[in-house]
Formats: sequence, C-alpha cells, structure tokens
Amino acid sequence: MPLPTLTRPTPSARNPTPTEQAPVKIDVAHLSFYYGAKLALSDISMQIGANLVTAFIGPSGCGKSTFLRTLNRMNDIIPGARIEGRVQINGRDAYGADVDVVALRRQVGMVFQRSNPFPKSIFENIAYGIRINHLAKSSADMRDMVEKSLRNAALWDEVKDRLHDSALALSGGQQQRLCIARALAIEPDVLLMDEPASALDPIATQRIEELIYQLKKQYTIVIVTHNMQQAARISDVTAFFWLGRLVEVGRTDAIFTSPSEKLTEDYVTGRFG
Amino acid sequence: MNRVARRKFLSQLFVAFCALSVLLALVPLAFILFYLVSRGIQALNVSFFTQMPRPVGESGGGMANAIVGTLILVGIGAIAGVPVGIMSGVYMSEYAGSRFAALIRFAADTLNGVPSIVVGMFAYAVAVLPFKQFSALAGGLALAIMMIPIMARTTEELLLLVPSTMREGALALGATRARAVFTVVLPAALPGVITGVMLALARIAGETAPLLFTSFNNQFFSTKLTQPISSLTVQLYTYAISPYEDWHRQAWAGALTLVTLVLLCSVLARLATRRLERMHVR
Repeated sequence: MPLPTLTRPTPSARNPTPTEQAPVKIDVAHLSFYYGAKLALSDISMQIGANLVTAFIGPSGCGKSTFLRTLNRMNDIIPGARIEGRVQINGRDAYGADVDVVALRRQVGMVFQRSNPFPKSIFENIAYGIRINHLAKSSADMRDMVEKSLRNAALWDEVKDRLHDSALALSGGQQQRLCIARALAIEPDVLLMDEPASALDPIATQRIEELIYQLKKQYTIVIVTHNMQQAARISDVTAFFWLGRLVEVGRTDAIFTSPSEKLTEDYVTGRFG
Repeated sequence: MNRVARRKFLSQLFVAFCALSVLLALVPLAFILFYLVSRGIQALNVSFFTQMPRPVGESGGGMANAIVGTLILVGIGAIAGVPVGIMSGVYMSEYAGSRFAALIRFAADTLNGVPSIVVGMFAYAVAVLPFKQFSALAGGLALAIMMIPIMARTTEELLLLVPSTMREGALALGATRARAVFTVVLPAALPGVITGVMLALARIAGETAPLLFTSFNNQFFSTKLTQPISSLTVQLYTYAISPYEDWHRQAWAGALTLVTLVLLCSVLARLATRRLERMHVR
C-alpha cells in the first residue's frame, strides 16, 4: 500500500478537539524524542484537556507509549534518551531546570501495562506512595487514605478482609485495580495508563473501563490502547500515532467516523496495523 | 527392533544415564557424611564443647575455644563483608551502566577465583606485619575479602531478576532511585539475598588457608580481637596432621561440629526467609 504523505500533523479544522471547551491540562509543543541516535517521536504538538479521557492509538512501535512516558518523565531513566521541545503541565514546564521529578510524578500518576504490585501486603502497596510522599498525618489517617483509594478503584469490598495478605495473591484484574488504587493514593491530578487492560480477560477489562469512566470526574486520564473498540468506548479525545508522528487528534466520534487524514481512516477501519 | 521401539529405548537409556550420574554425584556426599558422623560421634561429648584442648598425652579435653573462635571470625567477616558485598551488588545492578558493570563483574569474578591462601597472604601483609601480631581481626579481614565478591555477584544477579516494572512502579509514585532500590527492589530480592548470605557464611566458615597466618591459632580461650584466636578449621588441620590418636579423634569431632554448624545456618536461613517469601507467592 502506498503510504500517503503527511501534511501538518495537528488538529484538523473539521474535527476541533474538545480541548477547546475544556481547560488545557497538558500542553505539548514540538516534542521530539530520541533513543540514542534513533528518532522515536517527531515534532509532536497537542493539548490534553482537563477531566477528559484522551486515548492514544496506533500500531506497535508507533511511539504512543514513549509519548505517554514523556509526560511524567519515566523516560529519564533510559540511558541515551534525549528530548527536545516543551511539555507543560498546569502551565508549568515539566522539563525545566528547577523541576523536581519526584514532585512531577506525584502530580502525574501512572498505571502500567503489566500490573506491578510490590511483593508486599495489599495495605502496604497502597501505603507506599502515601508514606514516601509524607501525606498521612497519623496511622488512622493512613488507614483512611488506604481505604479511600481502594474504594476509588472499586476494590475495597473485595479486599477489605485481607488487607494484610500478599498483593500477589490477587487475580490479574484485581492486581491492576490495586495498581490504580496505588496511583490514586498520592492524589495526582493526571493519570497515565499504558495499555492497562491488555493482559486482562474481558470481564476484568470491563471493570477497568467502568472505573476509568468513574475516575474522569476527578482526574485527567491519558490512556494508551491497542484496542480501538476500547478507545471508542471510553475516550473523549483520540490521538492517532504512526511512525513516531501524531497524525491526527480530535473528538473520538469524529476520529472513528470522519477522520480528516486518509491514514487515520485506513487504520481505524482496519486496513493496516 | 522397529524404529519407534528403538527411539523409546534410547530415550530411556538417556534418562537412566542421567539418574546414574546423580547417584554417582551423591555417593561421595553420603560417604563423607556417614564417615564423619560415625567417626565424629565417638569423640563428641559435652566436654568437647565446654573444655579446652589438653596437652599431648592427656586424653579428653575439647575445642570450646575453637568453636567460639570460629563464630567470632565468621562474625567479623560477615559484619565487614556482607554490607560491602550487598552494596557493591546494588551498585552493579542499579547504577553502574552495562559496560562499567561488566568490568566490575569481571573484577569480582577474578577476586572470587583468587586462591584463598593468597587472600590469607594479603591479609598477612596488610593486617599482621604492620602490627607484628597475629589477630582475630586479620583473620576476619581475610574472610571478609573472600565474602565480598560472592555477596556482590549474588546480590547483583538477584536484583537483575526483579522485574524492571517494579522499579518503575516505585519511581512513578514519586520515589527517588535510592528509595526505590531500598524499599522495593531489595526487599523483593531479600529471601534470595539472605540465602546468599548464609551460603557465603557457610563457605567462609570452612576456610582454613586464609586463617593459617592471620588469626593463627590459640591453645587458650580468647575473645580478644587483637590477639591470635583459635578456629575449628585450623585446629582441625593441626590435630589431623598430628601423630596422636587422641587428637585424630578430636579432629573428627571438630569436623562434625563444623558441618553441623554450617547445616544449622542453612536451616535457620530457610526458616527466616519462609515468612518473607509468603509475600512473594505467585
């Protein structure tokens, strides 16, 4: 298939993003990212609106996860990684010289593709972030915060009688909700999710999706997904990435029904990827 | 014989060969243990643990000084060697970067391969000669030097087994790298690290060569760190090459005690780590 040439990979006039109504939470301008000499992300500009669910879609290796990880600087730990351009969160430069990465990550929480509970008890998993960020004033306070986080992640009723059992004894779906609860415990205002349901069965996936729907009242959610139906179901805004470029971003219904780029249309209709 | 039957026969032959090899490997162990217990038990009695060595010609007596000495020497070795070894392992796995880590790994393996008598000579040169004094500290130093590369390599390998998603999980919650290592990564590897410590202790508890001219030996009861100190291994060596039947029996008892001590170490480690491992069930 001949690949169409790309014009300007920015929001199209036909599909104005809802960010025009919602306040801007994350503002990315001309972001490029390199692994050593390899260009992984090329000149990406987009705005992510507050209290919306923004989905990143695209084929494997298109850079959507890499882009997600630039938003809380998780790529910092990769040797040889280099970034150009600007990322602002709440109007503040995330890569500024005076930025405390630890404080940034407190503000921008993350849930990973594979659930990664610590080999500690359920309670200690949630308490970890609260403790290292000194958020609890007393042990009673700590218990309340743990309970609240587990309730927010719709896990409390399933685990309240075994808080001190190993988190690794939970099912895969429960572990992933535990990781969400753990991320919520430190009260971020943005939640990044890197294919949070890709390793889960359909029922567990549905619970995660319901949870995302609940959470967007309080949080700005950015989710990477391989599953286009999932993006269509849960997101307000969809961004399509291809070969390290942002091809198109717009309202989810518009991206899936009347995309302005031919490439986007080919992808969402399953012609490649 | 048709084809299928032949293949089946060959397969079974291979399994039989493997099983035979295991048997051959275990036979010496069984013999050593059997011999050790049957000979050692004859000389083993309460006075062996409570009394001091007697002069040649007098029968009886024990190795109380050597038992305590071994515990002290291994203790010094562990106090000095375990933290340094574990921290080196942490550095290799978490901070060094792959190329520098490979260099340190090579150095550690080289140190690990240095004959123990050479380690003893080194300790003699730096910790005995300047003070003109054999001492428990010099012996402990030699044992610590032997322990460091073992602990470093064990720790490194165990930490590398901890999935990187675990580190990222901690970092994403706002942990610093050091915090992530010490509150998540190291605890995740802790049961293995503790087993590693115990195995390293067992290894150095059985060393003779590094002690021969560092802690030397002492026929009297001593717990002074700046004085020569007795150890089970050196005492065993001395008694085993002596011409006296009575000392030979004592040497067997000493060997049995040493092996039991090491075994006890392993059992205690298993018990201690079992609780930790409960958090690791998959």
